[in-house]
Amino acid sequence: MTTDAAAVSITDLSKRFVRGDVLALDRIDLDVQPGEFVSLIGPSGCGKSTLLRIIGDLIRPSEGAVLVNGKSAHQARLDRDYGIVFQDAVLYDWRTVVKNIALPLELAGWDRKRRDTRVREMLELVELTGFEKHHPWQLSGGMQQRVSIARALSFSPPLLLMDEPFGALDEMTRERMNNELLRIWQETLSTVVFVTHSIAESVFLSTRVVVMSARPGRIAGIAEIDLPQPRSPETREDARFADHITQVRRLLRKGHALDAPEEDETPLYVAEEGL
Amino acid sequence: MSVQGVVVVPRGTLGARVGRGVVDWIPAAAVLVLGILAWEGLVRGLDIQRFLLPAPSAILDTLWERREELQAAGIYTFTEALGGFVIGCTLAVLAAIVLARFRSFGRALMPFAIAANAVPIIAFAPITNQWFGPLEKTSKMAIAAILVFFPVLVNTLRGLTSVRPQSIELMRSYAAGEIEIFRRVRIPSSLPYLFSALKVATVLAMIGAVVGEYFLSSQEALGFQIRNSAALFQFELAWAAIVVASVLGILFYSSVALVERLTMSWHPSSRAD
Repeated sequence: MTTDAAAVSITDLSKRFVRGDVLALDRIDLDVQPGEFVSLIGPSGCGKSTLLRIIGDLIRPSEGAVLVNGKSAHQARLDRDYGIVFQDAVLYDWRTVVKNIALPLELAGWDRKRRDTRVREMLELVELTGFEKHHPWQLSGGMQQRVSIARALSFSPPLLLMDEPFGALDEMTRERMNNELLRIWQETLSTVVFVTHSIAESVFLSTRVVVMSARPGRIAGIAEIDLPQPRSPETREDARFADHITQVRRLLRKGHALDAPEEDETPLYVAEEGL
Repeated sequence: MSVQGVVVVPRGTLGARVGRGVVDWIPAAAVLVLGILAWEGLVRGLDIQRFLLPAPSAILDTLWERREELQAAGIYTFTEALGGFVIGCTLAVLAAIVLARFRSFGRALMPFAIAANAVPIIAFAPITNQWFGPLEKTSKMAIAAILVFFPVLVNTLRGLTSVRPQSIELMRSYAAGEIEIFRRVRIPSSLPYLFSALKVATVLAMIGAVVGEYFLSSQEALGFQIRNSAALFQFELAWAAIVVASVLGILFYSSVALVERLTMSWHPSSRAD
């Protein structure tokens, strides 16, 4: 990892899907510094998941450049510079918890002893010790997602990409996972780019919230979240927490107004549920 | 755990599992025994002509008397079915792998494979008999192999290609190449599809071998025995040979099912409850 290089640097990036001729992302510029926790939030169709996939070199941009740790996104993927977590845990049913977490390590050619040690550390990190031999379908949704996070972090990538990782979990599990994620972020010192539909989640977790507008996907505004670190469940009761939520909500409404007349919040939520 | 019947054994031990297994099978076993008894009673009570339907006891007698002959015939025919199964399934899996790697190729050929599934391929048996020699085992292996080829190909290809896109994206995020993705994701994901095809294939292979023998075959073969004894009004012998073919078919199917269970012990469907 080059010093001084931004963790993610996006310049003038656009993505047009040939099928349907949709402009998914329109001239995006964004820098993420090492150690930041940046959330991307916006209505469905704003291209936030597409943007995440472009950073991960899983989709190619139509125009513009993406640098990850100072190298091309493609090179960064080949160098295993990031771990990714999806909304669905995407665990492999035929592998036990241990073997799911060890998969990227196997692919990176780690020997067995080193893998075992590392997997044990990861299980401790996500508090799943004792579930080594379980298969994914024997775990709850929250536990599955913890395995998925452990897997993404197992090879210590400097960057963690998360695509609505807690979107399928119930509210209580989600809040607990948010607390755990912040603890993990602080312990591993990684950079996080986090896609979410939830305003409260984005404010609670992030150092910055990037608000996007839909069709075409543009950055409508960026909210700096100056809530004190480390954050705790009490953070949610902080007056500034409510202020930031209002700030993000206003940016969302502004973004929404870019291609539609002024509307109240309800249609926005309807649109969000669509994804 | 609810108490089932009189067999109360501690949960989790081998004894418990066998015990519960036995309890589960009692209804089916009862139906089988009752069915055979009813058959026997019906044939005796109504004095049904033996060329219409021999009594189970008569079939059993014949089965015992002609056991050496029937055993040899069974082995002969099973060898053909097994040979055809192995050849057909191997070729089908290899073809599926090639078609999964080269998608446009697969898309061009898939309609034909599916169409072939709808064709009564057994109709080709007289032709394959002539091609590979009617008295040779090879000719029956050929028809059995063709019969199993298409369903195994279509199912395996479906398994290899219906992997969730995110599973592939995840592998790519770990810088895995196509071969790694194939080995670690596509092949394991396709196993449930493959095994359901292989189980169907055991049945098709037996049908191919036996029906192929009906047309023309060595006198040693089971199909020949069935056809010949029926033609000579030796119905007990024909039925005895059918029983042999059925038992072999069931054993063949069950052994593939057993391999499936052992290979896919990770699969949610194999969870014991």
